[in-house]
Amino acid sequence: MKDINWKETLLNPIFKGNPITVLVLGICSSLAVTVQLKGACVMALSVIIVTGLSSFVVSLIRKSIPNRIRIIVQLVVVALMVILVDQVLKAYAYSVSKTLSVYVGLIITNCIVMGRIEAYALGNKPIPSLLDGLANGAGYGMILIIVAFFRELLGSGTLFGFRIIPEAFYTAGYMNNGLVILPPMALILLGCIVWIQRGVQKDLQEK
Amino acid sequence: MNTNSNTYTVIYSIVLVVVVAAILAFTSQALKDKQNENVKLETITKVISAATQADPDYVIAEDTDILEEYQNLISDAIFVDANGEKAGQMNIGKEDKKAIEVASTSDLKKQNDIIKKIEAGNADAASELKLPVYVFNIKGQKVTVIPCYGAGLWGPVWGYLAFAEDGRTFDGAIFDHKSETPGLGAKITETPFYSQFKGRSITDEGYFGVIKGGAKDTEHEVDAISGASITSGAVGTTVRTWVKYYLPYLNKLAAESAAAQEPVAEEIVEPTTEEE
Repeated sequence: MKDINWKETLLNPIFKGNPITVLVLGICSSLAVTVQLKGACVMALSVIIVTGLSSFVVSLIRKSIPNRIRIIVQLVVVALMVILVDQVLKAYAYSVSKTLSVYVGLIITNCIVMGRIEAYALGNKPIPSLLDGLANGAGYGMILIIVAFFRELLGSGTLFGFRIIPEAFYTAGYMNNGLVILPPMALILLGCIVWIQRGVQKDLQEK
Repeated sequence: MNTNSNTYTVIYSIVLVVVVAAILAFTSQALKDKQNENVKLETITKVISAATQADPDYVIAEDTDILEEYQNLISDAIFVDANGEKAGQMNIGKEDKKAIEVASTSDLKKQNDIIKKIEAGNADAASELKLPVYVFNIKGQKVTVIPCYGAGLWGPVWGYLAFAEDGRTFDGAIFDHKSETPGLGAKITETPFYSQFKGRSITDEGYFGVIKGGAKDTEHEVDAISGASITSGAVGTTVRTWVKYYLPYLNKLAAESAAAQEPVAEEIVEPTTEEE
């Protein structure tokens, strides 16, 4: 059994192999739930929990899974985790769960979750799989929070619902940018993040 | 063990599904009370926000205890039958805020099913009708809130209509929906739409319209949302249908307020004394 490079497992998905900016997975939800920082944080947390736990569980039972139905088994495990998260949100964070509504349910279809299970959890021990899942969720969540930060600040002038841009600016003629609220601007912001990342990490650039 | 044999695969999937179903059923049961509590809180919030539109200065702080706010503002909550007579009492929680009772959307759905039966010609069903009414005291003004519930474009739409003392004029209204199109039909939950209701009134026959292309009779109609004529129309139909069954009760309100022409301070039922 090869030794696991813990640092690599944890940090790679956050920067060098970030699921959104490098692998370009999970774009749909990152455009939809980043209007407000609060929603983005809850979504990030939900995805971290789902990726982590489902990778862990699948890795636990990986040797017993019949190969022919492995995708179905993975789906069942992921769906279980998603429904659990959804139910807990409905019970303890009702208002947030209403704004996130379908997007929590759609974590099932988030390619990051299935991708990590197929690529990592099926071939590794439970604990490294758990960390890999958590780290990938965190990589996704980090981008979500960065995008949401700019969208809420520029689009509504608030952060976590608190007013950041002072009233004096508005009386002086400053206006919230309505375009930032709309999903296309989230894609443009994402593009900028990819651009910056590729500018810094030269090895990501194609020849 | 051969994990690729058919028997193994079938048994494996059955066991997996049973285990997962058991976990889900357990979680659902364990969290049910808490979730229902949230739904109830939301209903109360909606009812309060319909009633408090009567007071333009009213703002609800972010951290307000909704149950306490309800306790402070409510003066009575009853059920009425199709003749406008009282047919039941809801706990308004003056002693214990945990005991507050409201009609949830699933209760409204049941009433709506009865209404549908009556509309279909089954007049006997009218005796089953038990329609909720919330009577608020907003700064000395009597505000009566009635719910309405009906079919939207994709799923149910429902709302709460606040009437002034005359039983005709809207003091406010608020709507919600299950799955209307975001950005179009879903706009019925937003201020520009529902704020149109305040100050307008239903006719004596119980007519009120949500009109595509702009209200012509600005006393008894409001503008539909452009691009969402079906949802808007559904709100109009829902309001009309429910108002029709509340009309006997609203007429009684109208008669009461006409009788008390002299604007005497409203008699408020305030059982704050702890005699029992």
